Amino acid sequence: MGILEVKGVGKRFGGLQALGDVNLSVQENTVHAIIGPNGAGKSTLLNCLVGKLIPDTGSVMFDGQSVLGRKPHEINQMGISRVFQTPEIFGDLTVLENVMIPCFARRDGAFRLHAIGSVKSEKGIMEMAETMLADVNMLEKRNMHAASLSRGDKRRLEMAMCLVQEPRLLLLDEPTAGMARADTNNTIDLLKEINEKRNITMAIIEHDMHVVFSLAERITVLAQGTPLVEDTPENIKGHPKVREAYLGEAH
Amino acid sequence: MLGLNKKDSTLLLIVAVLALLAPFILNPFPEGSSLAQFNAGYPDLMQRFVIFGIFAIGFNILFGLTGYLSFGHAAFLGVGSYAAIWMMKLLTLNVIPAIVMSIIVAGLFALVVGFVSLRRSGIYFSILTLAFAQMSYALAYSVLTPITGGETGLQLKATDRPLLSNLAEGEIGRASLFGVDMRTSFELAVGDWLWTFNMGYYIAAVVMLIAFYVSMRIFRSPFGMMLRAVKSNQQRMNYTGLNSKPYTLAAFVISGMYAGLAGGLMVAMDTQVGPERMFWTASGEVVLMTILGGAGTLIGPVLGAGLIKYMENIISKINSGILHEWFAFLPDGLEDALVFMVYPFIGKGWHLTLGIVFMLVVIFLPGGLVEGGQRIARLFRKKKADTPSDKDPEHHPKPTPHVAE
Ligand SMILES: Nc1ncnc2c1ncn2[C@@H]1O[C@H](COP(=O)(O)OP(=O)(O)OP(=O)(O)O)[C@@H](O)[C@H]1O
Ligand SMILES: [Mg+2]
Repeated sequence: MGILEVKGVGKRFGGLQALGDVNLSVQENTVHAIIGPNGAGKSTLLNCLVGKLIPDTGSVMFDGQSVLGRKPHEINQMGISRVFQTPEIFGDLTVLENVMIPCFARRDGAFRLHAIGSVKSEKGIMEMAETMLADVNMLEKRNMHAASLSRGDKRRLEMAMCLVQEPRLLLLDEPTAGMARADTNNTIDLLKEINEKRNITMAIIEHDMHVVFSLAERITVLAQGTPLVEDTPENIKGHPKVREAYLGEAH
Repeated sequence: MLGLNKKDSTLLLIVAVLALLAPFILNPFPEGSSLAQFNAGYPDLMQRFVIFGIFAIGFNILFGLTGYLSFGHAAFLGVGSYAAIWMMKLLTLNVIPAIVMSIIVAGLFALVVGFVSLRRSGIYFSILTLAFAQMSYALAYSVLTPITGGETGLQLKATDRPLLSNLAEGEIGRASLFGVDMRTSFELAVGDWLWTFNMGYYIAAVVMLIAFYVSMRIFRSPFGMMLRAVKSNQQRMNYTGLNSKPYTLAAFVISGMYAGLAGGLMVAMDTQVGPERMFWTASGEVVLMTILGGAGTLIGPVLGAGLIKYMENIISKINSGILHEWFAFLPDGLEDALVFMVYPFIGKGWHLTLGIVFMLVVIFLPGGLVEGGQRIARLFRKKKADTPSDKDPEHHPKPTPHVAE
């Protein structure tokens, strides 16, 4: 049994069957990549996992519990964090505050009327956030306005925000899309380090095969809303069906 | 001090000193001089400064922090006023139970209105709050006349016999604090100057300072940070495991309670209330105050409230006779021309002046009066031109401009 078990998930938008009959099992402490051509339904699948969309059919179990019908904040509190395709951060807040907020969410739950103490006196939370920022090499930017960061830094910040919560499952939607090669390599290193040091299970959607083959232990290929194959990177590389459906088109 | 950092303590102290000395500061001109009409140091107006200051401070907790723009906050002020006057009619003439009641009733009403309105955001939220406020106004004006006194409103009457009072037969009750009449004033005359120290004003000022202090604590608290997160990116907030709904609702209720407090204080000062207090223009006014002063800043709303109330009461009193007096030193033709040009902006035309000031501020100082103050302060600091690091902005990450002073 994997930590994430997706069974028979289908999702239809009007006349379009975005997801057919998706089965997916992500094992604990692995990096699992989901690849497939544009419009294959990868983002839709992710949306079904975090409560953004509710699938028409099937079940999604996380650690033995169903996530279907739960609100996004409830699913996060179960231990699933998500990095978005375009960085979603708190632009008006400082970098440090951006990382403190998830710390509060982890400690105090989804809501706490904590209006008397001052943020400055929350030494434990502050330290936790600063340590995380040091880990992603952003400590010296902690007082910067998050909106003024470069795109690469925004993505690093968003990852830091997800990681500081120590999620059990981290979902990444095209984390290197539109990045320069150097930034992409940095991100690969960061994710590798995270997976090894912190033992965080990851499901990653990616178009860049270099990223996929550097990180993934298992790969699922999705095409037109249905999984074609699921296998190790070595076997996927040589798989004729995959070449036909995906790789041939990408290269 | 009091759990505030040094900068905030200083600000609180400055506000406290200004409030304490307001009767002097607002009356800088001797009685009978031609400038005496710019004096704002009379009790009625000073009370309005601080009461509307409280209203705006509370509104800013919702609008400034979460970005949710309510167009119906006057409803909470009105409800607070009605609650307070009923306490004084039925229970006691002491203002404290009346004010406490106005906060509670306004808070409960805000809970209901907020619960419904916060199902939507943006313009739909604003329209829902506006609809609620206009319904409240209509109810107070007609349907609920037995409770609200309809068009004429409610005031203390000779027939009111509050339980805990010993009024003589036919005596009309007066608002008091443990027996001290709110209208008690002490006048100090030095030369041509006249200063009035009024009981009601000082009570309202103390309440305003407490309200200001509480809002400072909220701004600096983890709760305040969550409210800024709501404004910045609600989607990220939800996917970070935080339920943004109760945070926004709490902010809505707190700001409703502030409005109720302001409404209760109004009744404590003049022991009367009418439905026009809930009219949509009153809701719009607090929006103007907050934006004019600087939404999301601590002191901005108070400054905005002060400026608008000053213009409403002082500029509206200037008439063409006064203008002719001012420009009398000019040749006749020029004098008439100038008076002709300035006339639309004074007296009843004060709204025109307000509109122009508002437009200028929004266009040139989007951060409101507070931003203006900061720019001036920066100019002075530049003139001093001390440390080299100041001249090297490249190596200084841009600090976030949120909740500044
Ligand atoms: N909210 C929606 N409403 C209608 N159609 C949608 C919606 N979201 C996605 N779709 C459609 O569903 C299909 C799958 O989209 P999805 O975003 O999951 O693809 P993807 O695999 O992430 O593609 P890409 O690699 O381009 O990001 C597409 O045809 C898309 O147009
Ligand atoms: Mg996608």
